Amino acid sequence: MRNAAGIGIATGAYALSFGAIATSTGLSVLQTCVLSLAMFTGASQYALVGVLGAGGGALTAAATALLLGTRNVLYGLRLSSLLHVRGLRRLAAAQLVIDESTAMSLGRGSDRANRLGFWATGISVYLLWNLGTLIGALGAQALSNPKAVGLDAAAPAAFLALLAPRVRSRSSIAIAIAAAAVAMAFVPVLPVGGPVLVAALVAIVVGAVTHSAPVAR
Amino acid sequence: MWTAVLVGSAGCYVLKLAGLSVPRRLLADPRVRRIAELLPIALLATLVALQTFSTGMRLGVDARAAGVGAALLAVLARAPFLVVVAIAVATTALVRLIH
Repeated sequence: MRNAAGIGIATGAYALSFGAIATSTGLSVLQTCVLSLAMFTGASQYALVGVLGAGGGALTAAATALLLGTRNVLYGLRLSSLLHVRGLRRLAAAQLVIDESTAMSLGRGSDRANRLGFWATGISVYLLWNLGTLIGALGAQALSNPKAVGLDAAAPAAFLALLAPRVRSRSSIAIAIAAAAVAMAFVPVLPVGGPVLVAALVAIVVGAVTHSAPVAR
Repeated sequence: MWTAVLVGSAGCYVLKLAGLSVPRRLLADPRVRRIAELLPIALLATLVALQTFSTGMRLGVDARAAGVGAALLAVLARAPFLVVVAIAVATTALVRLIH
């Protein structure tokens, strides 16, 4: 429980920066808060705001968010045999399927402890993530010109910090650089948001071809 | 804006629910696992590059590059999330001030 609260506080702090970035790229406070309440998966929210902020279309932004959300499908697959949830409880549990709650539901000794880890972490992150978003959004709105204070560098820095724990092996660094390089090459020719989808295509092709390689962690 | 917010949110929820609802054998396919592992890496790396070096459909280097460079150093030094973001913002603002 204490771990769950700790993670909640850490993600609440991270939500502050999400709230600030979202409103400084042109979303209203309400839209920003709806994102945290309804989408509730950090990387997807950052991506959606990032594509919109760069001038991308609504559907491209939504598609990018969805692509980043696909990992939650895998988390759900892993969690379904642990949680055994049906009906309304399944609908509620689904919203809490995120990086943090999944991580806290693995290897805690017993199924009971694992389940507690999932629910406690999920609920604590949900509450503090939304509180942090609201405070960050209101705080950034008070600034007159976010770009002058360098807030446009906040989003790429946030993505970098999200990326870091995922690239621990040489092959994952290679795919990160390759995908980014290919996407950059498409910047002058595709509409804004398009290059991100090209990067997704690179991941899908590489993943399909190299699936027999040992999964690097 | 609302279209992106609502369509994106609904889609992300469906993905979460799908994981809890579909049969487990899908997970057994190594291609699915591998792609799901690579997607966030490829997308996050791309978003870092694009949001640092592009403005609309143009590529270029400006003050953001200094900020993100400083953020990279902070990440390598294992700084916490908010510190990384704060360093990027402060460095970018500083470079703009000097320029």
